[in-house]
Parts: sequence; C-alpha cells; structure tokens
Amino acid sequence: MTLLLAVLALVCLVPAVAAVLVRNLIHSALLFVLAWLGLAVFYLAVGAEFIAFAHALVYVGGVSMVVLFAVLLTRPGRVDPLPPPSTQRAIGGVAAVALVASMLGSSIFWTRLPSMEPIPMVSLRRLGELLAGPYLVALLLVGLILTVALIGGLLLAAPRRPSEGGDA
Amino acid sequence: MILAAAPASPADAWLERAPVLLRDALTGWLPDALRPWVAALLSIATILGVFGLLFAYMTLAERKILGRIQNRPGPNRTGPFGLLQPFADAIKALTKEDIVPRAADQVLHFLAPVVLVALSLIGLAVIPFGRNLVAVEMEASVLYFFAAGAATELAIFMAGWASRNKYSLLAAMRALAQLISYEVPLLLSVVPVIVVAGSLSTTDIVAAQGGWAAGLWPHWHALTPWGFSAFAVFMVAALAESNRSPFDLPEAESELIAGHLTEYSGFKYALFFMAEYLGMAALSAMAVTLFLGGWQAPLAVLEFIPSYAWFGVKLLLLLLGFIWIRATFPRLRIDQLTRLSWKFLVPLALVNLINGGVWAATADWTGAAAVVRWFISALGVVVPFIFLARSLSAGYGPRTYRYASP
Amino acid sequence: MSPLHVCLALSAALFCTGLVAVLVRGNAILVLLGVELMLNAANLNFIAFWRFGPGGGEVGLVFVLFSIAVAAAEAAVGMALVIAVHRHLRTIRVAAANRLKG
Repeated sequence: MTLLLAVLALVCLVPAVAAVLVRNLIHSALLFVLAWLGLAVFYLAVGAEFIAFAHALVYVGGVSMVVLFAVLLTRPGRVDPLPPPSTQRAIGGVAAVALVASMLGSSIFWTRLPSMEPIPMVSLRRLGELLAGPYLVALLLVGLILTVALIGGLLLAAPRRPSEGGDA
Repeated sequence: MILAAAPASPADAWLERAPVLLRDALTGWLPDALRPWVAALLSIATILGVFGLLFAYMTLAERKILGRIQNRPGPNRTGPFGLLQPFADAIKALTKEDIVPRAADQVLHFLAPVVLVALSLIGLAVIPFGRNLVAVEMEASVLYFFAAGAATELAIFMAGWASRNKYSLLAAMRALAQLISYEVPLLLSVVPVIVVAGSLSTTDIVAAQGGWAAGLWPHWHALTPWGFSAFAVFMVAALAESNRSPFDLPEAESELIAGHLTEYSGFKYALFFMAEYLGMAALSAMAVTLFLGGWQAPLAVLEFIPSYAWFGVKLLLLLLGFIWIRATFPRLRIDQLTRLSWKFLVPLALVNLINGGVWAATADWTGAAAVVRWFISALGVVVPFIFLARSLSAGYGPRTYRYASP
Repeated sequence: MSPLHVCLALSAALFCTGLVAVLVRGNAILVLLGVELMLNAANLNFIAFWRFGPGGGEVGLVFVLFSIAVAAAEAAVGMALVIAVHRHLRTIRVAAANRLKG
C-alpha cells in the first residue's frame, strides 16, 4: 500500500514540478492537467472514489478548459516583450519556499503519527444523506457561490462596450 | 409453442448466459489469483474487438447512407456491396506517409491522437451491455463516464495547438468553446435520471427501468415527459460533444480546411477518425443506458431475445440517427452554437431538473393520480419549451424564398 | 513510513510547488494555477486524515467536495480577472498590475 502510494505520489508530483519550471504556458497548463489526473488516481488508490471522479470532472473537464482559454486569449502581443527573468526575485521566492518546505517536512517526518487501520469506505448513499441532511445549508451556499461566480466572471470578462472590445 | 418452452426467468436462458459461460470456460482452468485479471483482459479484448468492428462498419454505413441520401451509390467496388471497403481504407491509411510539420510541437502532435483514442475508449468500461455484461462495476460509474469523456476535447485542443497552423489553432479555440458550452447541458440532463433512479451506478439505473406499465408501456426514462425532454437535450449535447455535424465546427471543412486535422496524415488521421466514432458510440451507449432502458426488452414477450442483442439494436438505431442528422442539417455558426446551448438547452435542462424532482417525489401516485402526475410532468416540458423556443427565434421573421425564374 | 506519511509528504510537496509558482513565476495564470495546486494539497490532507487518521467521520470527505466546488468558482473568476487585466494593460504579469486607477 505504502509503495503503491509512493509511486503514485511521484506520478503526480513530477508533472506538477515540471509545470512550474517550463517556460511555455500551454505546456505548463497541460502538465498541470496531468498532475490533476495523477491526483485523481491517487484519490482512487486511497479509496475516495467519488472524490476522485468529481476532482477529475471539475479540474480536467472544467478548470483546464478555462485556463487554456485564458492562455489563448491573453497571448503576449507586440506591446509586451517577454518579461526578463528576475534572478533576485527567483532566489527570494525559492528561499521562502525552502523554508516552508523544511518546516513542513520536518514536522511530518518527526511526528509519530498514530498508525490506524484504514476506516471502512463511505458509501455514496451515506455521502448523499450527509449532503442533503446536516450540510444542506452549506450545499445551498456553494450553489449560490457558483452562481455568483458565473455571473461575476461573465461581467468581468465581457468588454464594457462592444466598440472597444479589444482583440479578445 | 416457443413461449411455453422458454424457461421461467429470462435471466436463465442459455443465450442470455452464453457470454458469461464462455468467459468461465476460458478462465476456469486458471489459478484463482490469475482469474480476475484474465477475465478483465478478456473483457477489454472483447470491447476493443466489437467496437473496432463497429467503427469499421459504421464508416461504411455512413458513406453508404450519405450516398443514398445524396442520390449516389456510395462505395461499392471493394468486395460485395463494398463490404471490404473499411479494410481497404485501413490498409491505405497504414501505408500512407506520416507527415509532421517542422514547426509543430513534436511531442504534443504525436500524443494528441493517442490520448484521444484512449479517452474515447475508457468510458465504455462502465456500460452494461447486457444482463451480466459490465466490465467494471462501480458505485459512481455515471460520474466516471463523464469524467473520462470530459478530457477528449483537451486532446482536440492539443492537436490543434501543436500543429502550429492558424486554421488548426482556430479549430482548437472552437473546440474549447464548444466543450465549455455543451458539457453543461449534457451533465444537467443526466441529473434528473440520477434523481429518479436514486443511484449513480449504471447497472442500478438500467434495473430501475425494468418492468412495464399495464404490461405494454416500458418504464424507460425516455418514455416519460421529463425523460423525453432530458433525452432530447442529451442527444443534442452528445452530437456537439462528439463534434458531429451539424456541430462539427472544429473541423468545418468549408472554413478551416480540416480544422485540427489539417496537419495530420496517414495513420494518425485514421486514429482521429476512429476516436470520433468511438466517442459517438460511447455517448450513444450511455444514452441507451440512461434513457432507453439499457438492455431491457421493449415487451415482455420479446424477452427471449438476449439482452445484449437488444442493447445492440438500440445502439445501432441511435448511431443511424446520428448519420441521418449529418445528412440532413446544415452546420451552425459558432455564435448560434453557443446561443443554442446557453439560452435554450441549459434553461430547459434546469427546468427539467425540477420536473424530474417532482416526478421522483410523486413516485407513489397510482390510478387517477398517475394521470395527473403525467399531466404535470408534460406541462413542465411543453410550457418552458414554447417560451424558450420563442425567445430563441425572436427577431427572425418568416423565411422567404426566392426562386430563379425560368 | 505509513500510508499517512506518504499522503502528507505528497501534500506538502504539492503545496511547496504551488508556492513556487505563486512566488517565483510572475505570470498571473501560473499564479492562479499555483493557488489551485495549494488547494489540492489541502484537499489531499483532508482525504488522508479521513482514511488513515484517528477517525473523525466523513466530515473530511464532505469538506473536500465543497472545496472542489469553491475552487472551480475561484478558477472561473480568476481567469475572468486575468482576461480583464489583459484587456486593460496588454500584459498578464502580476507585477504590472500596480495601479488602483483603471
């Protein structure tokens, strides 16, 4: 179990790291998709079937499309030359991240976690009962958030006047 | 009489159990540890074989039927009635030179057709093709199917972008816009089915459609008012999802040469073709499962015909419908396409969601109340349809025709 | 190492990768993707503790569902913002968007 999870973790992590490092934005976005797929498989292996499919549907089917669309709509024109790589900024960022990573890593590996047996799977029906019962208000609120986000996104992205629509 | 000789339960009939018996005969001599793996391999091989052949003969059927509709014979030179045409096509595709543009993104250009075919295939794993014929049994199989299918348009985007060709890039943009627009009604039209059947598993959904009202009217979802509306929305969205005419904007040959396929040749082109048909078959199979009762027979008397045969008949009917539509309708413009989705299909599916909920809540109405229930449901379909259709076609006057005078 | 350790390590690594994307890369789209990755890392933690932890019922699973939904909304609004910024400034570098006055 541990070995399988470790392999899957690598499958998920390598594209994620590569995505942050490559220069080409489209490649980056596609590598992110690969990382999300890997994460979905990881969820499957852990036993969260429903979450895995929901994750794949939302991220691979939804978020990735929006991201690719945004990349294509905002391609740098002649006005904006490629930003010069700022080493200072990179060093600062990497140092900050290294600090966070060392803190997280040490706290994970030096904590003696209780070794519990995996709890039994939750059936889909139980999940549905939870969502329609104790978490009903939260569910409705999420629906509200999604509606507001949809309308807000439309208003933000739509050009103010059709005449000054730009090249989008 | 044949009927009297038939066994008590149709599930026990020999033909019905034949695939399972065959599998057991083939895997029976293996050690227990290996058996599930070999059985899984067998089901994969079966699905690949059946749907590969289906693909081959769908291309032939499409060319033949399109030919007949356009008043020409279609391919008829290779073999009797042109029956060997698919194999001739395959040999031609295999022997053609594979050209990759120098400017293309080599890796993505290669990956796109492979990913597309793989993604089009994996959805078939959860379709119950017959009474005991489902490759993978899962609790959330409907969700799995759509999660697998959602990524196909990504492969089309990859193909279009990696070709470094402006027509291909335009096709990629169109493919994304089309997917974002039509994924929504596709999923929304499935939700009422899940609500009414009370399950996300394809086997349970098929089981929920068993039985007949008054011994004649099957309990298929497409034969209820809300289900018919959902079925119609699903099929329109499925047409768009599989990039078929009249929604074949990404590869609109009159505007974009061949869209994302422009820079593909030889076997890779054939792979794209294959993926289109496999995707179409997968979505049709899902439509059969969700709305047309899956493998259930339409009449109790006809249950002696094995379940997988019924599934095949329904699947073929839907696929022929796809071909018929392709021959009949002109292609939409991109703005008409998105408008149809957001202003017509999505609201219709949303209203239908409530309609399906009411249907599920009134499941115990019988007798005269059942008629009232049907009436309410029909009202919930017809009224929104009329209003939405009016708003969609607002501003268009009656069409006028002008003919050339002799 | 237990499965829980692997999950937590992957989660921490994903979080740090996302942090690199946010801090080092100046591109607004990559910044948003980095934030998404950090959210994924948090989700993974919830799942890990639901499955291998000392037991807290199904709350972890439900939380992840809500988190995914909110992340989708965040992505949509974020990308709309990126497009709006691009229309104004003709660039999507985060550093370039430094004026309050449009």
